[in-house]
Amino acid sequence: MSGSRLPTGGKIDRDRTLAFQYNGQTHSGFAGDTLASALLGSGLRLATRSYKYHRPRGIVSSGIEEPSCHVHLTGDNASGSEPATRVELTDGLTARSVRGWPSASLDLAACLQLAAPLMPAAFYYKTFQWPNWQLFEPTIRKLAGLAPAPVEARQLDDLKARNWHCDVLIVGAGPAGLAAAQVVAEAGLDVLVVDQETEFGGSLLSSSQRIGGVAGHVWAKGVTDMLAAARNVRLLHRTVAWACREHNLIMLAEHPVPGCRVQQRVWRVRARTTILAAGSHERPIVFANNDRPGIMLASAVRDYAVRYAVAAGRQIVFFTNNDSVYHCARELQEIGMKVAGIVDVRWAVSHDVLTQARGTTVHLAHEVFDTRGRRGLAGVRIRPVTGGRSTRISCDVLGLSGGWNPAIQLWSQCRLPVRYSDSLATLVPDGKAADMLAVGGCNGAMQLQEAIQEGISAGAEIARRFGLSLKQMDPPVCDSRRFTIQPYWHSRNPSKADKAFVDLLHDVTLRDIHLAISEGFSEIEHVKRYTTAGMALDQGRTGNLNVAGAVATRLGKDIAKVGTTTFRPPTVPVHFAGLGQFGGLGQLPYRTTPVAPWHISQNAVMYEAGARWRRPGYYPRNGESMHECVCREANAVRNGLGIYDGGPLGTFDLNGRDTAGFLDLVYTNVFSTLEDYRGRYGLMLGDDGLILDDGVSFRLGRDRFLMSTSTANAQTVQRHLERLLAVDYPSLDVKIVEVTSMWMNATICGPFAREALEEIGTDIDLSNNAFPFMAIRFGRVAGIEARVARVSFTGELSYEINVRSRHLAKLWNHVIESCRRFDITPVGSETNHVLRVEKGFMSLGHEVDGTVDAHDLGMGWIMSSKKQDYIGKRAVMIRRQSPRPRRQLVGLLTKDPEAVDIEGAPLVDSPVDERSRGFVTASVWSVVHNRSVALGLLEDGRRRIGGSVLVRECSNPIEASVTQPCFYDPDGSRLRS
Amino acid sequence: MLIIECPFCGSRDEREFDYGGLAKPPRGRIAEVASDREWLDYLLIAEEQGEIAEEYWWHVRGCGEWIKIRRNTLTHDIESPEGASRS
Repeated sequence: MSGSRLPTGGKIDRDRTLAFQYNGQTHSGFAGDTLASALLGSGLRLATRSYKYHRPRGIVSSGIEEPSCHVHLTGDNASGSEPATRVELTDGLTARSVRGWPSASLDLAACLQLAAPLMPAAFYYKTFQWPNWQLFEPTIRKLAGLAPAPVEARQLDDLKARNWHCDVLIVGAGPAGLAAAQVVAEAGLDVLVVDQETEFGGSLLSSSQRIGGVAGHVWAKGVTDMLAAARNVRLLHRTVAWACREHNLIMLAEHPVPGCRVQQRVWRVRARTTILAAGSHERPIVFANNDRPGIMLASAVRDYAVRYAVAAGRQIVFFTNNDSVYHCARELQEIGMKVAGIVDVRWAVSHDVLTQARGTTVHLAHEVFDTRGRRGLAGVRIRPVTGGRSTRISCDVLGLSGGWNPAIQLWSQCRLPVRYSDSLATLVPDGKAADMLAVGGCNGAMQLQEAIQEGISAGAEIARRFGLSLKQMDPPVCDSRRFTIQPYWHSRNPSKADKAFVDLLHDVTLRDIHLAISEGFSEIEHVKRYTTAGMALDQGRTGNLNVAGAVATRLGKDIAKVGTTTFRPPTVPVHFAGLGQFGGLGQLPYRTTPVAPWHISQNAVMYEAGARWRRPGYYPRNGESMHECVCREANAVRNGLGIYDGGPLGTFDLNGRDTAGFLDLVYTNVFSTLEDYRGRYGLMLGDDGLILDDGVSFRLGRDRFLMSTSTANAQTVQRHLERLLAVDYPSLDVKIVEVTSMWMNATICGPFAREALEEIGTDIDLSNNAFPFMAIRFGRVAGIEARVARVSFTGELSYEINVRSRHLAKLWNHVIESCRRFDITPVGSETNHVLRVEKGFMSLGHEVDGTVDAHDLGMGWIMSSKKQDYIGKRAVMIRRQSPRPRRQLVGLLTKDPEAVDIEGAPLVDSPVDERSRGFVTASVWSVVHNRSVALGLLEDGRRRIGGSVLVRECSNPIEASVTQPCFYDPDGSRLRS
Repeated sequence: MLIIECPFCGSRDEREFDYGGLAKPPRGRIAEVASDREWLDYLLIAEEQGEIAEEYWWHVRGCGEWIKIRRNTLTHDIESPEGASRS
């Protein structure tokens, strides 16, 4: 036997010894242990340090409610903070206490205790306000010792996610949950039963109560086996329900069996009905120095002894205000442990309860008011509750029971009502909800018989709701245990110098609560936020009601009127990465065009172009820098021939009687007058008057148009159009089909584009008269059915050759091969940007933000004055009534041609001018002028053309002259050539 | 996460939908006839709807239909789903 392990008993496997490391020390435990039970079993009492004052702390509970010992795991199972009571022991496990450096036992920051009187509630908020909280935060955070994030990236395989649908979800497999499961399973419903432990049974696992003539855990095993055999039931062990969301979406976190490659599986469960059978947690009592290692929950002392054969100490004293510890005392005696004394604040305890603890000294009408011991509990001081002489009792374990808190976290998350029960001195669910029923301990059932009966009734009610008939089921007869309680929140007048903790995990003391109240934060929600009581990882499962009790006592108020705070998800720490498995942006696949492999073979640097499209940014050759590469590509387009992969541009096919009129409504300019097979550039606004998108639409027939949008905005535009048709103009006959990925294109651009297209081979007449700028022609290119459009994003002659996606690779290769003599150069989006800025073409996200309108961009001509109405017309008119100066699009040429402005840099009038007059929207190196050119939005910019402005970049402003926003071919003769 | 009943696809998860804001009267010819103040109110002022909110959702990752639902903002109960659409 090592440490405090009992020679016999427990549900551990003594043949399998497991070695593990805790804070650098090697310990051993047995299969079946938790980290907490193994630590207690090896005699370690001082397991961690407290959050704020770095006081020595031990393990307090035996379950999920642990308010003291949180650890982080390293190595293969690396994780953030987890309660030591939830970590299943495995061979080679390495764990560290979250707090305490270099170790919990020798904590250098413990000197903070000397400064403790100077650290009241909200100390950090009050003290570190000047000049800036950010200055202090890193040090304070380190000192506070939140668990560090694991250093190594996690293998995504280790975290899984799963969706599940069922008729009934049962949370908690204690007596009530199992009884309910039995009923709904027999009724044939689809059932999912989850429990946080490695074994079903809940409180029965460490209790000696009998059900139907057999030991409780034997009954639980019988029911579990029956459920496991049923085809309509699924059982999940080691699983916590951590959130309840709208329409009964319950989130579960499952920790699979140790050794499994999957570390955590998050489940999204849609249950038609949920039965909440999560049991209840014991709560401690507050008095001075109630946090020494060895001070635990009474039920935890019993759980460790019965389940894990671990004696938490040699001399055990209980302190209580209710009957449950007497049964605990008996259960300990049954396995040969002695209880040195029970301190009970009540004047009288019923005879049959007292006889449970036969042989134990009971101090009635006494309270524990202080403790002693340096690194662990050595004794307690008790006195009569009415005052009088105090006495000392030596002990190394003090088991506390201040009552039981139903585990109503999920209930509370659903905003379902709770009420304060006087007879139980706790908060219980009030009534039942349409899709959630609380049964057993978490519904305040303290009697085993009552809990099982509630489970059966709930199961039967659900079966009835599903219209299923049941055969009558008689509840098994159970041992009964009396339960009475006298509310008692904290001992009288804890001395000012000593700390009486209401929240162990956040180091919140009774004095902090009193201070908050005296500073005016007397509502329970304010007390919580001001003191942070109940906001630690344990969510105040054990401590919250004591906070409410302390507030009620201080204010002389009825505790039922103090109210309660709302629990929030997650109820236990959950891996972020596990949630990420459900998708979201990080999980959306990238989109590429069919020629992406070719781009990559040409050494393209791939960019994300919006809407998850990846396309080439530039194609560096033989060690070119990005600048050299972009200049080479831009020169090719200006003087020779470039090829651009323009497929990702959003494309929509609009069809129907009212299509032309509809386009007149959504674009600022007129489309209904467009001739067949001609195109027009259009500007689309929202009804707020802001620019939503721009693009070219071609008319393919009286009622048919082909609309293109910017790459990133395709879905926004679709949403806008569909909404107008569905909601605002339901009588219009327009059908919209997205064809972005159905047609892909190779865009050839440059002065040689016409000759090149002839070389490629087409039956379309390419003469400028037959096929002018802004026209579309259907025909064959290189033998492939194609739609060729004359649009230009570069200011050069361009042909956009659209073919069915499956033919693009063939077309592309043919174009590259047949245009070798033009030295055809693939160009990416970087080069496109340069060419666009040279030409002064605006682009969304650069020149267009949430403030500019078409007039500001010098595009007033596109705002039709002929039309009565179009989307956004009215808002632009109203906004332009304002006398405030507008920022207008201008060109900017730095005095020093070599200086390239930074995009986004503010424009100012003088070096000391603090107010920005605008900003640089785009800035590139022009290959045409061999100097830098930029576009910008400048207040009253058009009036200032010919003048100058300062571009503020860090400390030294650059002088730039203000010009027309077009640096190349202003009359557009090249693109029309 | 709501479950929203699409008139075409049946009960579907909220993740298949995009929220489209509170319902208001169709735009129709309001922009042509309203005063400036009335038009700004139409654009910017959301009617206080109390417990029951009438709102639009777009079934973007489904059939593509715009639907209108009445949702109880306290309980999330959804009544009377209807297609907002051209019928």
